[in-house]
Amino acid sequence: MSLRIVVTVKYVPDATGDRHFADDLTVDRDDVDGLLSELDEYAVEQALQIAEDADDAEVTVLTIGPEDAKDALRKALSMGADKAIHVEDDDLHGTDAIGTSLVLAKAIEKAGFDLVVSGMASTDGTMGVVPALVAERLGVPQVTLLSEVSVEDGTVKGRRDGDAASEQLEASLPALVSVTDQSGEARYPSFKGIMAAKKKPVESWDLSDLDIEAEEVGLEGAFTKVEAANERPARTAGTIVKDEGEGGKQLAEFLASQKFI
Amino acid sequence: MAEVLVYVDHVDGAVRKPTLELLTLARRIGEPVAVALGNGAADTAATLAEHGAVKVLTHDASEYADYLVVPKVDALQAAYEAVSPAAVLVPSSAEGKEIAARLALRIGSGIITDAVDLEAGDEGPVATQSVFAASFTTKSRVIKGTPVITVKPNSAAVEAAPAAGSVEALAVTFSDKATGTKVTARTPRESTGRPELTEAAIVVSGGRGVNGAENFSIIEALADSLGAAVGASRAAVDAGWYPHTNQVGQTGKSVSPQLYIANGISGAIQHRAGMQTSKTIVAVNKDAEAPIFELVDYGVVGDLFDVVPQLTEEIKTRKG
Repeated sequence: MSLRIVVTVKYVPDATGDRHFADDLTVDRDDVDGLLSELDEYAVEQALQIAEDADDAEVTVLTIGPEDAKDALRKALSMGADKAIHVEDDDLHGTDAIGTSLVLAKAIEKAGFDLVVSGMASTDGTMGVVPALVAERLGVPQVTLLSEVSVEDGTVKGRRDGDAASEQLEASLPALVSVTDQSGEARYPSFKGIMAAKKKPVESWDLSDLDIEAEEVGLEGAFTKVEAANERPARTAGTIVKDEGEGGKQLAEFLASQKFI
Repeated sequence: MAEVLVYVDHVDGAVRKPTLELLTLARRIGEPVAVALGNGAADTAATLAEHGAVKVLTHDASEYADYLVVPKVDALQAAYEAVSPAAVLVPSSAEGKEIAARLALRIGSGIITDAVDLEAGDEGPVATQSVFAASFTTKSRVIKGTPVITVKPNSAAVEAAPAAGSVEALAVTFSDKATGTKVTARTPRESTGRPELTEAAIVVSGGRGVNGAENFSIIEALADSLGAAVGASRAAVDAGWYPHTNQVGQTGKSVSPQLYIANGISGAIQHRAGMQTSKTIVAVNKDAEAPIFELVDYGVVGDLFDVVPQLTEEIKTRKG
């Protein structure tokens, strides 16, 4: 029986670009290049490895986002995912984490799944709550923040490294996992992979395909509101000294002046 | 006065500092009612009372240790239904955020994570967040349901405020989903005796310039002279010089201490994302052009192998 894996990915503004807010206090996507969130590359990699270890598996990569978000899907397809689903709808603009989890859960159900693989957080919002929200909505076990993951005989196992302890986790499929950047370096797409990706199917769904009303998502449906966003004033230039043998002592003097010692 | 539910992060009854900070913030918006779960839950009451909890709801069951996250969500939901609070506050740990998120969804509320400050507003609590690698500060509100907000460590100074702290047993019925993810083994992290990275008042970090696992002893010695936690940049972690649990940055931990000392760290945007909200920033780096110097209150352009040991010695001398 085929193992159906759905990987959720996000198209995010490049963190090395000059990120800022648009007038409606949503993230301005026009002025900064987007890319597949680095933390989601690890999710794609683990999904591909799980699929390779299975007798028969299919990896579908899923994203929500504007037209450009297809770039994130293409990257995942060129790494080796089999097909892609793009949820795109103008009414999605400004959707918060609760709304995002609704759209993802509906799309995952429509696609059909045995295992959902997500990154630990996006590199723009960095909340890290969407995997748990999607698991809650799907009513399947959450096996999250894994640095190691494997699937065998309908069971997913993994290791979660927390602050206080390292835990071994286990759940029956269907389940949702999220993986950290310690799960294993993501592969680079090969030339062959890039060429093959051009021929792979990308389905486009909108809100009506998912039976979601416009007012359940977007800024209108949001459960939270950003009331103000202010650029932090640049730090005033600090004191910089060149070490000519006394650098450590000078630094100690500074720390003492600030009452740290 | 409205009650505010505060989820207690504790280890076998020992309350962790971020929870005490939450109690301080909770008092700005109402009367804190604490929820402590699992082994040693009732032992938290004295500390919580000392810091303003008017009531402590406790429940212990093996499910909290044997299964992941969901049993705690069930319990927090039971507390929510028993109290009908004006807001729910949870520490911003990885697990805390997952618990808070699932609770918010169940009770039809919005969630704000990683608040760095919280104040009462005319239409409910207003949370301050630091976003885009700390280049922006936002003010946000939950506009539907009961605000569920997770708060980062070091967001408030802990203040004692003795309150009744009466202990009440919480009645919890676990959901069908509570036992979905089994914890089959748990290996406690070996204690280094140093403060926890995200909670520490001072963090001393090493990066590529430390140039080897064995050289991290220089960084550790400086940290120990200041009672600080040790952090590492992604480059140092990827090279295998220091454990991932100590990584500071976008894909590691976000820290906001009173003092951050970066040694041999260039200050790429990914690292800055994890430390830029530190109150005072100090750097030691050979490269005068390193971007970290754009952030510092005090920087030393020099070889860390000369500067750091001298600094450590000087601190020890001054501390006597």
